Amino acid sequence: MSIEIKDVEHLASLARVAVSDNEKNDLKNDLEEILSFVSQVKEATVDSLTPEIGTHYNVMRADENPHEAGIFSEDLLSSAPSRNENHIVVKKIL
Amino acid sequence: MLNIKELTITEAHNLLVSKKMSVRELVEAVVNVARETQDLNAYLEIFDDIKDDIERAQNKIDDGTSTLLTGIPLAMKDNILIKGKIASASSKMLEQYRASYDAFVSKKLLDEGVIVIGRTNMDEFAMGGSTENSAFGATKNPHDKTRVPGGSSGGSAAVLAAGAALGSLGSDTGGSIRQPAAFCGVVGLKPTYGTVSRSGLVAMASSLDQIGPFAKTVEDAEIIFTAISGHDPMDSTSVPTAQRKESDKKPKVIGVPFNFVRGEGVDPRVLKNFEESLEKMKSAGYEVRDVSLPSLAYGLAVYYILMPAEVSSNLARFDGVRYGYHKDGANLLEDYLQSRGEGFGREVRRRILLGTYVLSSGYYDAYYGRACAVREILRRDLAHIFTEVDIIATPTTPTPAFKLGEKTSDPLQMYLADIFTVPVNITGVPAISVPSGFVDEEGSQLPLGIQFIAPHFCEKMLFEVGKALEYIVKN
Repeated sequence: MSIEIKDVEHLASLARVAVSDNEKNDLKNDLEEILSFVSQVKEATVDSLTPEIGTHYNVMRADENPHEAGIFSEDLLSSAPSRNENHIVVKKIL
Repeated sequence: MLNIKELTITEAHNLLVSKKMSVRELVEAVVNVARETQDLNAYLEIFDDIKDDIERAQNKIDDGTSTLLTGIPLAMKDNILIKGKIASASSKMLEQYRASYDAFVSKKLLDEGVIVIGRTNMDEFAMGGSTENSAFGATKNPHDKTRVPGGSSGGSAAVLAAGAALGSLGSDTGGSIRQPAAFCGVVGLKPTYGTVSRSGLVAMASSLDQIGPFAKTVEDAEIIFTAISGHDPMDSTSVPTAQRKESDKKPKVIGVPFNFVRGEGVDPRVLKNFEESLEKMKSAGYEVRDVSLPSLAYGLAVYYILMPAEVSSNLARFDGVRYGYHKDGANLLEDYLQSRGEGFGREVRRRILLGTYVLSSGYYDAYYGRACAVREILRRDLAHIFTEVDIIATPTTPTPAFKLGEKTSDPLQMYLADIFTVPVNITGVPAISVPSGFVDEEGSQLPLGIQFIAPHFCEKMLFEVGKALEYIVKN
């Protein structure tokens, strides 16, 4: 299992995680070692396996009896790093 | 003279209802131990606003509406929400995060009048087996302060071993309750998946995570488990009570996958203690039978594919926008990269990248898809073995507690410590770790544990066989 530094950089950018240059090499080695270990799943005999799925039942609640609007807003907004009155502030996207 | 450090929940309850002790006296005595043992770094915070809780609990006792847990001081792992309290999951990402609601389990306990006295240290986002991955420093093992308490729920195990709580909650994704319980010489239970609601637990790997108790005795673990289990519509994987196929069967036959247990990397002293304990179980009337479970060997590989895959998607929610750590960058993309790069610690970043890899196009089938298929095989093989035996036993861990720093530079070595515990999470069955004695190492007495595994929803069998081992070890 060979992982290149550019693979680490690609994964980090997909995952939106900045990694420093000195960490990239450690990550490359760790990922190689771990992936080579977990690759043993490829050796397991997976015969004509039909996953046994239990009986399905609806776990979603009915969309009814909404709570009063705004009762949780202050609790939730107070956790935001940046807000303007009742809005969360983010940088321009477009 | 009452030894507060060894007091059990049952004993404390009797003292409270017979008015030999008030709730305030009990809680103050336990909190004093917590303060005296702060060098362990097991508590991230000891709450100082519990006066009203104490008063309410005392009133329940005085007016006769108390339960076994009323007035009992318990500790909470830092990834379980209590409204208004910080729940940081030992991460810089959530260092300042205050919960806006109670976890299902918190509400259950608080309604019974439990006094939650503090939140306990853990590996960041429950990722690790030593509590060394905490953003707030490692926890030390009370039996030997140069050693780890295990993890990820290391703080919750250590406070019990130190006598700084009468019980605690942890979460177990691959052994995070049972492994620290074994390392710290206390009882730890991972309930059947779906028995205890995950609502209000900071998610790590949702198909594996389960909340469970730590306690000084099996009986105490049973009391806490009974209090926190129940159906919760807020967790879509919570199993309705009517669908829980419990069993009143008395366990008699213990299956042991000897081939697996005697594998590479298992400390001979662990094996000796395990086999001696089995002999004693035989004398107590249990039959011990060798069972063949070759698919167990794939457990660890399956786990280290499924878990990081789920981690990478669950932790996508931390964006530095709505809550949690924020680092300002040049644009929104930079905000994400920097907030997540700095907010997450090393092991968390490693697992996110690993999960991103196994889920990425081109590798998905070879890793994630394959791991899901092998998970089914494990589930089927285990179900088959449970038609032959009542319980499966293994050592909880391949070694006693290791030294602080011993495995921090080698993640794979750290992962191998989970070998006996991960198959339980993969298959969703319940398991308990019960103390089975000590080994002497460099002048310290290091605890060992035995893990008993039962079929889905058969926690009762675990309590029964656990109490039997407890009795044997004590006598």
